[in-house]
Amino acid sequence: MNNVPTVFKREMISYFYSPIAYIVIAVFLVFSGYFFARILALTQQATLTYSLANTQFILSILAPVITMKLLSEEVRSGTIEMLMTAPVTDFEVVFGKFLAALFLYLVMLAPTLLYVVFLNWVGKPDIGPIISSYIGLALMGSMFVSVGLLMSALTKNQVVAGVTGIVTLVILFFAGYAVSGTEGWYVAALQYIGTYDHWESFTKGLVDTRDVVYYISITALCIFIAVRIVESRKWR
Amino acid sequence: MIKVDHLTKRYGDKTAVDDISFEVQEGEILGMLGPNGAGKTTTMRILTCFTPATSGSATVAGCDVFADSLRVRRQIGYLPESVPLYLDMRVNEYLLFRAQLKRVPRKEIYPRIEQCLEKCGIVEVKNQIIGTLSKGYRQRVGLADTLIHDPKILILDEPTIGLDPNQIRQVRQLIKELGQRHTILLSTHILPEVEMICGRVIIINRGKIVANDTPSNLVARLRGGATVSLEAKGPSEVIERALREIPGVIRVTGGNKGQVNQFLVESDKGKDAREDIFKTFARNDWILLEMKRDVMTLEEIFHQITTQEAEEAYREEVSQRPAGGVKERLSGILGRLKR
Repeated sequence: MNNVPTVFKREMISYFYSPIAYIVIAVFLVFSGYFFARILALTQQATLTYSLANTQFILSILAPVITMKLLSEEVRSGTIEMLMTAPVTDFEVVFGKFLAALFLYLVMLAPTLLYVVFLNWVGKPDIGPIISSYIGLALMGSMFVSVGLLMSALTKNQVVAGVTGIVTLVILFFAGYAVSGTEGWYVAALQYIGTYDHWESFTKGLVDTRDVVYYISITALCIFIAVRIVESRKWR
Repeated sequence: MIKVDHLTKRYGDKTAVDDISFEVQEGEILGMLGPNGAGKTTTMRILTCFTPATSGSATVAGCDVFADSLRVRRQIGYLPESVPLYLDMRVNEYLLFRAQLKRVPRKEIYPRIEQCLEKCGIVEVKNQIIGTLSKGYRQRVGLADTLIHDPKILILDEPTIGLDPNQIRQVRQLIKELGQRHTILLSTHILPEVEMICGRVIIINRGKIVANDTPSNLVARLRGGATVSLEAKGPSEVIERALREIPGVIRVTGGNKGQVNQFLVESDKGKDAREDIFKTFARNDWILLEMKRDVMTLEEIFHQITTQEAEEAYREEVSQRPAGGVKERLSGILGRLKR
């Protein structure tokens, strides 16, 4: 675990030296700001519930953009050889990169706290659902980032990693969303697998253990598989 | 320091390294020489724990590369052939990252970085982004990185490839200096480099070690008879006859070339004819303008060894083949032509 901060730091340097961090943050703020303003104007309610609910789809697209280069670029440019011949474990590398991507994701969310300040100024928002929403956003982010990281481990092409990550997350998003309101044996299963329903309860002020377990277990699974994939060069 | 024991690496049905064994002693500079694709890089990747061997074992500083990989990696500094660096970082940032990754104690980090920058001659570019540096500078940044944790063993894969002649000279000088404090295993396909830097040479061809000796021994072993070239004044036929009579001389070629006579005298293996030649000239009062022993260069030896191998392999192939078809014979001829 000792090398995790070192790997983390190197990824942060790389993020903020390249335009990628700024672009992702800007795109996110444009969309979330638009939703916030529109929904506030429509509902006239001092609440973040609806506008944050809408961000999930954008995050499904942006999270893989953050993570797409993490491992794939390392393999493509050959720097993996320098990295892995240093005394680091595969887990330290993968986990350090995961934390860096998650950190950037949180940095991206941070400016939305201004919305909360603004709501407090214009009205009296219920602070409970807002706090639970941010807990939910962080948990969801760790899952999105880990899925993106896994895709990045699977290919040495950044673009492929990004696209497969986006497709996976969007499918997971619609899996539960599409069947809501219908009936059938598959509804519960798809709603459980899908990301939408787990997220929805957070926006309503609920921190349900089932949802927390869902996000954390998928995160752990993806990181575990990514470590195995990085390790797999040793069995080939 | 490094011990390689019956190491084999296969990729699918292609054998990259075929049952090789060798040792590198402490303080030694060992050169691995071989044509492209001979298995040098694969061997180095196994030693640096990047890829595992198919069979056989390798220990570095007493630790097994597979079972004790982290400890091995702490002892080595590895410079891969393509020198992959993070192009988006600045030189000193990169070295700081590498030093932390390699667990250089916190207090020593900055002095070590300064030292390595200086040693590799990259102080003036320390604030530049690596992506903007030329190949020569990147090579030296890579070299600085391999030295940053003061490892006992340096493994350098083609350290002078892609550099201009001045840079090559500098890097060679640097490696020589490093050889006083570190054990070095380096690979190259440039022969003079090995002669200049290395105390011992391993020649690898098609995944197998075909020679393992000091550069001078290799030359001595492989040189057939010694050849001496002469330039002399005097009656050419008489001189030629006299030279033939010297014991041990097999062949004399050459003759009158205008003002002077030029001869090439070949003698038996291990026999030095120069003394007798001198005496013959002195006795007959002929004038000897020049006498030089031709030494076979490592280049010629390398060529000889690697092509010999190929020829033998070819002959073996042919003898195993059922005698006959026109098609086989044709492909045999084509194969020979290709070489």
